[in-house]
Amino acid sequence: MSGFQDLLQFVFAGITSGAIYALIALGFCVVHNTIGIVNFAQVDFVSLGGMFLFSGLFWSGLPMVVALPCAVAAVTLVGIVVERLGVRPSRSQNHLVLIFLTIGISIILRGGMKLIWGKNRMAVPPLAGEEPLRIAGAAILPQAVAILVITTLAIGLLVFFFRGTRLGLCMRAVASNQTAAAVVGIPVGRVKAASFALAGGLGGLAGVLVTPITTLSYDVGVLLGLKGFAAAILGGFGSFPGAVLGGLLLGLLESLSAGYWSSAYKDVSAFVVLLLVLFVRPKGLLGK
Amino acid sequence: MLELRNVSKWFGGLPALQDVSFRIAPGQVTALIGPNGAGKSTLINCISGVDRVQAGSVLLARRPVEALPAFKIAALGVARTFQNLKLFSRLTVLDNVLTGLTVAAERSFAVSMMRLPALRHQERQLRLRALKALDDFGLAKKAHWPASSLSYGEKKRVEMARAFVSDPRLVLLDEPVAGLNTEETAQIARHIRRQRSAGHTMLLVEHDMELVMEVADQVVVLDSGRCIASGKPEAVRSNPLVLEAYLGRMEATA
Amino acid sequence: MLTTRDNLFYFIYLHRTGLTVLALGVVLVAWPVMESNPYNLGLSNLIAIYAIVVLGLNLFIGYAGQISLGHAAFFAIGAYGSAIGTVTLGGPAWPVMMAVALVAALIALAVGLPALKLSGHYLAMATLGFNIVVYTILVQWDAVTGGPSGFAGIPYLTIGSVVFDNEIHFHYLVWTFAMVALLLCLNLVRSGVGRGLAALAEDETAAAALGVDTRRAKVKVFILSAVLASVAGSLFAHCYAFVSPDSFNIFVSVDFVIMVVVGGMGSIWGTLFGTALITLLPEWIEALESFKDIIHGLILVMILLFLPQGLVTGIVDAVRTRIALNRHA
Ligand SMILES: Nc1ncnc2c1ncn2[C@@H]1O[C@H](COP(=O)(O)OP(=O)(O)O)[C@@H](O)[C@H]1O
Ligand SMILES: [Mg+2]
Repeated sequence: MSGFQDLLQFVFAGITSGAIYALIALGFCVVHNTIGIVNFAQVDFVSLGGMFLFSGLFWSGLPMVVALPCAVAAVTLVGIVVERLGVRPSRSQNHLVLIFLTIGISIILRGGMKLIWGKNRMAVPPLAGEEPLRIAGAAILPQAVAILVITTLAIGLLVFFFRGTRLGLCMRAVASNQTAAAVVGIPVGRVKAASFALAGGLGGLAGVLVTPITTLSYDVGVLLGLKGFAAAILGGFGSFPGAVLGGLLLGLLESLSAGYWSSAYKDVSAFVVLLLVLFVRPKGLLGK
Repeated sequence: MLELRNVSKWFGGLPALQDVSFRIAPGQVTALIGPNGAGKSTLINCISGVDRVQAGSVLLARRPVEALPAFKIAALGVARTFQNLKLFSRLTVLDNVLTGLTVAAERSFAVSMMRLPALRHQERQLRLRALKALDDFGLAKKAHWPASSLSYGEKKRVEMARAFVSDPRLVLLDEPVAGLNTEETAQIARHIRRQRSAGHTMLLVEHDMELVMEVADQVVVLDSGRCIASGKPEAVRSNPLVLEAYLGRMEATA
Repeated sequence: MLTTRDNLFYFIYLHRTGLTVLALGVVLVAWPVMESNPYNLGLSNLIAIYAIVVLGLNLFIGYAGQISLGHAAFFAIGAYGSAIGTVTLGGPAWPVMMAVALVAALIALAVGLPALKLSGHYLAMATLGFNIVVYTILVQWDAVTGGPSGFAGIPYLTIGSVVFDNEIHFHYLVWTFAMVALLLCLNLVRSGVGRGLAALAEDETAAAALGVDTRRAKVKVFILSAVLASVAGSLFAHCYAFVSPDSFNIFVSVDFVIMVVVGGMGSIWGTLFGTALITLLPEWIEALESFKDIIHGLILVMILLFLPQGLVTGIVDAVRTRIALNRHA
């Protein structure tokens, strides 16, 4: 295999995982923009997506095309429940308290998944076939193509949601100025619930897409999710284009350093570069 | 003592302060008046280093301080209160006042952790000063209460005690009687008069014209970020510009 | 005229902190006499070690108002630093412990200086990332760290001819360290520095306007907490003679945060309670092993929802306010 084919292979792998990070990062941003906190339960939305897909396929025997949207919808629902029961009742406005609260919720969700699905690793079949496609000499899994296509579609839908729908506009209003939004009669509470729903949907989607490539376990989302968080910060926390850019860059960085340096230290390189970028440009790449 | 030279400040293109210049002599009380949104709080923030001026300079004892961070300006002897109370609700009243002595207290972590006799002695002195200040403001009895359990008027007084406890060179008071009833207002006015006769230099933002006329040596009027008049209280009161811009509008809104 | 009794009460009130520390010290000295079960002693020793970490972390969270989700990394630096320094490099244990603490301080400076310029989530990210980096190195660099199977054969600590090699000796060793750390932290929070930090945690602008160098204060507390975590890590390594990466992953960091929250942000005494409760909880709910995580999470969520200042601080604050209001009603 030539050097170019290697490079192509790494780049493709990087974009694929980058797409996943971007979805997760978007989930972090949505909640951050409306509530102003880091929602650490986001990482478990990813695992939950995989879990619900698994159950849909093997417990209920649904076909993939049905199980996949159902799984995403189920995680969306979980997002709403989390906001309703976990975040909204908080009497504190202190961000420290709210962030720790989401950590607590995350622990509960993980504990719950462990109870329901057990601690063992499971496998989820890919959306498309298993036979790798050959593009310019590089081998690419159909699942990777599916990830790219669906992620692009999802981001397109998200853009439409924020620009073209009433709720989306409300969410942008709340993000830019919560008090003003409340004054002009935007239902801030419902917007916050919607942001968690959206975060759940995005995390769940990342989960159903990625678990066929990784394996599935109750804590699969932790590292993936934290990298999504890192991607969001890299791009500039709260910025949607930043989240996508940060995700892709992080994915590329990881896959290139795994390919050319050491796969054992790919997590290290990702986080070290992140810390260095923050050192030079503390607001992230596209942050305001 | 304090001199402002052509101080300007914008918030995203909108001017909040434009070419403001005046000086405060030691021992004087300067009242800063002007309609809401005139830029009074912004000016106080700029002097105390909480906000940055974007043009012009702030001189404290002839030394430019506009580029210094807030904590350094505090160390130079500038104390302030906030228009919207900033008390530390989890600390006791006494500890709140003690935070006003941060500049006088030991700053080394290592020394503080050892708590050697010298530090204990210093702490005792600081406590006595803080208790004295609380007594001056009539709050000695509530020294050990959590600050959150006080009434609004009491909180305002704690904040004043916290500002005056360090015997600062300059005290910036941002609307000390806003939101208080007549009795509480009279109480605060008494404290301001007392601090004035004790020789404290103050910049007082206030809407209560009666109080202003009584305690101020000098009045500065801001309108839409511009200094439209300054001088002796009587002179300013009869200045037609002020009557038009300030009082006229006040009546219009009243 | 004060009576003798008044004087006594006043003396107690004046020296309440010192007296409480003294009383706890006496109980701790006597403890091994009453409790000779090495398993239980081992648990209380673990509480002491964790308490040292959590004390520092509580200063950082509760007083400086910042987030760290990576303190297990500093704990790891202490543990592995001591292990490598004494076994691989053959250095003497106590100086190595100090050198490692210094290294931890420098690393904290390097991580904290840029991250503390920003607030909240950036620091959460930086510390989390740092923890993941350290953990990955522990697992992957097996030539030096022993990899996933851990690092064994760490020597016991000695002072003169005394070797700290059993649970009773450990007890005196680790609790001495914990009590010293407790005393130092209590002194710090009762000083001008501590009031400045408490001010900083509540309102940065107000604190700065009062003369607190907020940035510097945050970095200093971060370094202090890193040093405490490193020392605790060194003790951990020397007492167990064995360390493995699993004691230092991000979930351990999260557990430290839970201990802070349970004890109460900003409550030094609460730290001991929070650490003890979270360390002992798995023992009490052993039968419910599979519910352990959910119970941990529920404790955290319930406390944050109903007593956001933490269990101990929340209750103490409520009682104090109640008393003050009643007295003057
Ligand atoms: N942080 C800020 N961002 C944007 N605009 C501000 C900010 N603070 C004050 N302003 C604006 O600056 C002007 C002056 O405000 P302020 O100094 O608070 O007035 P005053 O204290 O005289 O009532 C107002 O128009 C206000 O809207
Ligand atoms: Mg104002």
